[in-house]
Amino acid sequence: MQAVGKQLYAWLFQLRGPERGEIVLVQRRIFILPTRAGVGFAFILMLMLAGSINYNLSLGYVLTFLLGSVGFSAMLHTFRNLAGLRIKAARTGPVFAGETARFAVCLLNPTASTRFSLALARKDSEPEVFDIAGEASVIATAPVPATRRGLLKAGRLTLFTRFPVGLYHAWAYLELDDHCVVYPRPAPPGLPLPPLAGSSGEAGGRDSGREDFAGLRQYHPGDSSRHIAWKAVARDGILLTKQFTGHAMSELWLTLDLAPEPLDIEGKLSCVTRWILDAHANGIAYGLKLPGSVIALGRGEPHRDRCLEALALL
Amino acid sequence: MTQTLASRHTFWLTASLALVAAPHVQRLPWWLNLLVATLFGWRLYLARTRLPLPSRGIVMFVVTGATAGVYLHYETLFGRDAGVALLVIMLTLKLLEMRTARDAMLLIFLGYFLVITNFLYSQTIPTALYMLVCVWIITACMVGIHYTRAPRTIHLLRTAGVLLAQSVPLMLLMFLLFPRIQGPLWRMPADSQRSSTGLSDTMSPGSMTNLSLSEAVAFRVSFKADTPANRQLYWRGPVLWNFDGRTWRAPRADYGEPRYDTHFYPVEYTVTVEPHGKSWLFALDLPGRLPPRSIATSDFQILSAVPVTTRQRYDMTSFLDYTYGADESAATLQRALQLPPGFNPRTAELARELRRKHGSDQAVMQAVLNMFGHDGFSYTMSPPLLGEHSVDEFLFDAKKGFCEHYSSAFAVLMRAAGIPARIVTGYMGGEVNPIGQYLIVREADAHAWTEVWLRGEGWVRVDPTAAVSPARVERGISAAMAGENVLPLFIRGDFPVLRELRLGFDSVANNWNQWVLGYTPERQRALLTRAGLDDATWRSLALLLLAGTAMTAMLLAVLTLRRLRVRVRDPVRRAYLAFCSKLGSRGLAREDAEGPFSYADRVSRARPDLETPVQRFIRLYVDLRYGQEADLQHVSRLQQLAREFKP
Repeated sequence: MQAVGKQLYAWLFQLRGPERGEIVLVQRRIFILPTRAGVGFAFILMLMLAGSINYNLSLGYVLTFLLGSVGFSAMLHTFRNLAGLRIKAARTGPVFAGETARFAVCLLNPTASTRFSLALARKDSEPEVFDIAGEASVIATAPVPATRRGLLKAGRLTLFTRFPVGLYHAWAYLELDDHCVVYPRPAPPGLPLPPLAGSSGEAGGRDSGREDFAGLRQYHPGDSSRHIAWKAVARDGILLTKQFTGHAMSELWLTLDLAPEPLDIEGKLSCVTRWILDAHANGIAYGLKLPGSVIALGRGEPHRDRCLEALALL
Repeated sequence: MTQTLASRHTFWLTASLALVAAPHVQRLPWWLNLLVATLFGWRLYLARTRLPLPSRGIVMFVVTGATAGVYLHYETLFGRDAGVALLVIMLTLKLLEMRTARDAMLLIFLGYFLVITNFLYSQTIPTALYMLVCVWIITACMVGIHYTRAPRTIHLLRTAGVLLAQSVPLMLLMFLLFPRIQGPLWRMPADSQRSSTGLSDTMSPGSMTNLSLSEAVAFRVSFKADTPANRQLYWRGPVLWNFDGRTWRAPRADYGEPRYDTHFYPVEYTVTVEPHGKSWLFALDLPGRLPPRSIATSDFQILSAVPVTTRQRYDMTSFLDYTYGADESAATLQRALQLPPGFNPRTAELARELRRKHGSDQAVMQAVLNMFGHDGFSYTMSPPLLGEHSVDEFLFDAKKGFCEHYSSAFAVLMRAAGIPARIVTGYMGGEVNPIGQYLIVREADAHAWTEVWLRGEGWVRVDPTAAVSPARVERGISAAMAGENVLPLFIRGDFPVLRELRLGFDSVANNWNQWVLGYTPERQRALLTRAGLDDATWRSLALLLLAGTAMTAMLLAVLTLRRLRVRVRDPVRRAYLAFCSKLGSRGLAREDAEGPFSYADRVSRARPDLETPVQRFIRLYVDLRYGQEADLQHVSRLQQLAREFKP
């Protein structure tokens, strides 16, 4: 019985699993039902009709029928607010476990009229509300809490609207083939780095290497605050990060075995994640040895992301 | 929908609710008006300063207090007036609790409901227009709270206006076809009757004069054929028999089948009577039929089964030339001779003298009328006040009076001379509105005349006013009172432009009454019969309504959703898209990020047979799109290529 119900539900709402490419909101994809306010409105109209009949109020009839017709036109307007939109998955950036993944969806409005007050959400999470101007596109994100490391699927997102009068709730299910990489939750800061395998064998070389200032580049999230060019911030209000060269002598090989022993695998992954972040922040070259894969020594953001992704998907 | 409300929305919603409630101010007790105004002001102040709203306890306290006040004032919590008062209180206090968009929606619905309560009291055109504006603003508020970023107010009004305008066709259809039921479904306890205006069932010196100052419309009449002459337009109302020396009163209604002989073709017409709170319906002397749900008394009054509290419309037939009551019973005639003893001794003396001098009843009657015409009597709307022996004072001292003085004096003289007589009140004349071809009868046309009973002839109408002021009967009240500036400005004939204007307005109001307010079950049936639908039963009406609504709704949907179609205005791009879609249907859809050249290359690789046409089209397209020249010839060439391309 439950299976039949599920199938009926899937048929009714055209649930066909994740879809690749573009979703066009044709009529069959849009569902519309009165909201609670809509039901209240209908109730008030019934009262007004009864009053008009009882007191023979011609203008009462006029008002009741006018508002009834408004109720009908409102349905068309609400439907129109969604209809015809073209939707594609946009790039969703990785997050750490415990953070909120924001699934990005690109919505294109091919018509000339503005679409007002659209909202995108997954299940009961708080929706993001936005407008799309005529012949324009918007990237909206649906927040989804990322609890566990790994691949987080976007799942079924709901695009809905109640515009213009809130009497109807029109919605479309978006099952985009989109996912987000969730990195392991980093261990709390302050965890000491494992001993460096300095190629020069000189522990102090780390610091001296950092003296060589190489230039400025735009700040990226994750850059150490110690490297921010605060003077430049004060002067121009732009966040810039100082870059250094010449600290190639320090190198670090990270493995799960280096983590403190009583921890389980997830805890170890957290430790390694923390180390990667710290090594990156301090400009230390590091490599990652995992069961079944090795990532060679390297530095920089792409390298960091590759390492973190390897941890996430382990 | 739990977001809090911007103060701008609060302001607009408060303002529009105040607008809707404003007409109720004249009907609500003063303390309630004061309370509501204060609370509205307070709410606006709170919205402006963003101070917290009052706690629930305070609100409940005020609700309880105000409800008790309403109960003390109206002595009930039900019925129209108390109900409106309670609704206003609830709405005001809900306003004080309005925090979220959901609260605002509830208030908007209450606002719509408050609009309809206004129609319980007034359904005139100005009220309708005013309320339309209110509904518009309320709808704009409803739109406003559903915007992410609320746009300018004018934009909200436009959106709401579009929404309302689009709803008009469907509204009209439902208005015409929704099966009308003759209410009421239920009767509220203590629904106070409208304060009655117009004629009453008593007449004393001054009562008609007061009525003559009112320009209110009593009823409107449209004749099937020509309008009869003014002197024939005696609209019969209450018949008064009992005289106590000062006041004439109607006796208890005596229902009976009145018998009459007619000597003239009937006059057919339709009367639309304004609500006056009494039972009588008006018709020309003598009515020849009865409107539905009414009965006639033996002295030819038509009484409606229920008081006329709403505008009523009925078809009538009258006979202007008639005789009736020749075989009146002796008991009835005795009642028409009754006079209170001890009043008006000089009048009684005069009657005895006239009786001695003149032999026949007709001669006595004529002598009195001659006296009114020649002995210095005058017709005025400002007669002197009269004392205990009102008829004596009028006949011998003042000699100035209005119709009630003349009819009363005449009836008393006749009775004293032994001729049965009674007073008939009603309206005399009316104003023909050339715009719309109908007759307007106003309260100012109220009139009183007499009927005397003559052997062999029965009851005969005698209008003593005609003897003193022939103009009143021939040309109406405004002609008779041309010299006196006491009539309402609009009724007097001396401002032709004003008169034109007024008649124009009245014509509009009459159509409004007939077609909007007077759209009754009968009217609906008549209209549908005229449209060719013979049996306008419930079932056929419902079917018609359903079909019509579905069609209109479909049309509306097509019109609304038409704007969804994406129009590519650029012909070059249109041709390109057509070309791509043709390839797309062959499984070679263009990728989003694919430029024209790489697309053409890919297609050529996949379908070598198409290489020539594809490359030719793409080259021309790129030339037109990115090259220097773009003349119409090349554009039409491109369109032709796109058309002829058959992958």
